[in-house]
Amino acid sequence: MSVTQQTVLPPTPALPAAPPLLRIAPPRGWLELNLREVWEYRELLYFFVWRDLKIRYKQTAIGAAWAVLQPFLTMIVFSLFFGALAGIPSHGLPYPIFYFSALLPWMYFAGALQNATNTVVEQQRVITKVYFPRLVLPLAAVLSGLVDLAIGFVVFLGMMLYYGMTPQATILLLPGFLLLGVLTALGVGLWLSALNAIYRDVRYVLPFLIQFWMFASPVAYPSSLVPERWRWLYGLNPMAGVIEGFRWALTGQGQPPNLLLAASAAAVVLLVAGGVVYFQKMEATFADVV
Amino acid sequence: MSQVVIHCEQLGKRYQIGQRERYLALRDVLANSFQAPWRLFRSAAPGSSNGRPKHIWALRNVSFKIHEGEVLGIVGRNGAGKTTLLKVLARVTKPTEGHAEVVGRMGSLLEVGTGFHPELTGRENIYLSGAILGMSKREINRKFDEIVAFAEVEQFIDTPLKHYSSGMQMRLAFAVAAHLEPEILLVDEVLAVGDLAFQKKCLGKMGEVARGGRTILFVTHQMNQIRRLCERVFWIDAGGIRAAGPPGEVISAYETFGASSAKDRQDSDVCFSRWEISGHGNVLRNGTRDLTLHFDVRLNECVSSGHFGVAILNESDLVVVGWGFDEVGIPRGHQKLILRVPELPLRPGVYTLVCSLFNRGNNLTGGQLVEQWNAVPPLVVDTTPVSHPQDRWCGLLNIPAQLSLKPDS
Repeated sequence: MSVTQQTVLPPTPALPAAPPLLRIAPPRGWLELNLREVWEYRELLYFFVWRDLKIRYKQTAIGAAWAVLQPFLTMIVFSLFFGALAGIPSHGLPYPIFYFSALLPWMYFAGALQNATNTVVEQQRVITKVYFPRLVLPLAAVLSGLVDLAIGFVVFLGMMLYYGMTPQATILLLPGFLLLGVLTALGVGLWLSALNAIYRDVRYVLPFLIQFWMFASPVAYPSSLVPERWRWLYGLNPMAGVIEGFRWALTGQGQPPNLLLAASAAAVVLLVAGGVVYFQKMEATFADVV
Repeated sequence: MSQVVIHCEQLGKRYQIGQRERYLALRDVLANSFQAPWRLFRSAAPGSSNGRPKHIWALRNVSFKIHEGEVLGIVGRNGAGKTTLLKVLARVTKPTEGHAEVVGRMGSLLEVGTGFHPELTGRENIYLSGAILGMSKREINRKFDEIVAFAEVEQFIDTPLKHYSSGMQMRLAFAVAAHLEPEILLVDEVLAVGDLAFQKKCLGKMGEVARGGRTILFVTHQMNQIRRLCERVFWIDAGGIRAAGPPGEVISAYETFGASSAKDRQDSDVCFSRWEISGHGNVLRNGTRDLTLHFDVRLNECVSSGHFGVAILNESDLVVVGWGFDEVGIPRGHQKLILRVPELPLRPGVYTLVCSLFNRGNNLTGGQLVEQWNAVPPLVVDTTPVSHPQDRWCGLLNIPAQLSLKPDS
């Protein structure tokens, strides 16, 4: 064995980058996360979001106006019945502002959850014919809902102007609450879309779930109605933190919902982590069961 | 020898019987999961038997190597496991056992028009379908004009797809697919449709791709495609590779193979060996009139006053048409049965021919079955579809019709 031998070897030409090696094997174990692959398919994610938007606005007669009408009409009904008639406290906010600021994240969540739940079943033709990380589908479903939210947000700014309110510095924290909302929709959507692929009943359960969930969230009432010592428990519903966060960030009124937020953030982390693991565990079988 | 790009080792895929059609009802599962909560998570995982050991191996013990630049044809009857093999390689479904290693970028074409949406325009669909099939946005931008020109849909590119004729949709779908540039391409039986001129164009494009050093695996029922394009052929039967080798050998083995595989063919008294549409192999392409079907049969003993039946079954095993002939007498030795059919207006597709020969007997009484043969290769009808473009309404027959209006005065 001599070291000098190595020095006389001719210089090796630069090899082309090794082509990717792919291993196809039966699924195993609980943890087979492949999030990097999702990143590699980000262009497809973009195209799925783009398609969702195109189709949604092409198939409806008034297109984007739905994004405004739905929360707006709901806001009127809530202001009238919960506000003016039932006299629910609104922390000194005009009822339309109080309700619309909560309906923005809530409507986004309800819509995104519905799209995410159905996406695996609706895309069965593609799923049975082409490979891509299936996680892209619920991800696209929750992201495409953001456009409606943005439109609604512009309307909300108009309403604030009408009521002579100006956005406070708290509005800078809105992206954080938005992220929390997106993650909540994604976390629940991952669970439900995988379950829906296997048990179609999920589709029928969903409208009830959304309805119950709305009453368990501070949409029609402020979370201050919940007794202080139960607030943390209430906050385990991540939408409680998201909605109170939105209300506070948009209007700058009242106290930041700290306790609620901490509980909600913790719940979201668990929800998304569990959802990703469960979804990736189940995705191997989607093509066989949908 | 060039590099091995696909290496399969003991690949197997097991399906639960009925799994593909059936999904579970949540209430059953909830009831069970009170007794065994972990079942909820495991019930859909492959390999868990759920106490109902009813499965079927769609693929078993499949091992092979494919080298860079090879063009491999896959033949076999419907349900033999060809598509399952492609699906496992394409990663659409996971294998139950064994493994495969693939080197290089892989694209799959298991269906024409994957991801197409009727509400979107031709332009939008090119981008969407291209992205789903694995092209990057830049790649689609670069090839966009070429794809549009290939599909011959320039004037309609900004029209929603739902206003396209089915032929135009098909052309657009093929055009996108034909411009995929993966290093390895998996193609299921997709070139069997579409009009003749365009099909030739697609095949030409595929040949070009093959000569470009790309590795291609493709499933087809059209034997002359295989002869023209492939260097090696796999014959898949009952979930395994029954034969592999040069096209000539494998195809003739496949074509002379009958359904009664349990029986030793040489010893049997009656043996159908091959069939063809006079002059056209197994593909019906130039119209469906005045056809002559030839069946080669060998008899060790003569059949006198027998009954000969032929039936044509579509892909869902429905008998589309059947004929029975009584008082058939066939002497010993090699014979050719010739069936003349003035018209066979079947929808384009792949059909199974079943021939049966009975000794002594007729249409009503049956008699003694001496041979039943599921003819291979299947009958491929490759004509232009003229009935309703939607699958739901097109029916079984391909009969042209004209509509006119006359005022009723």
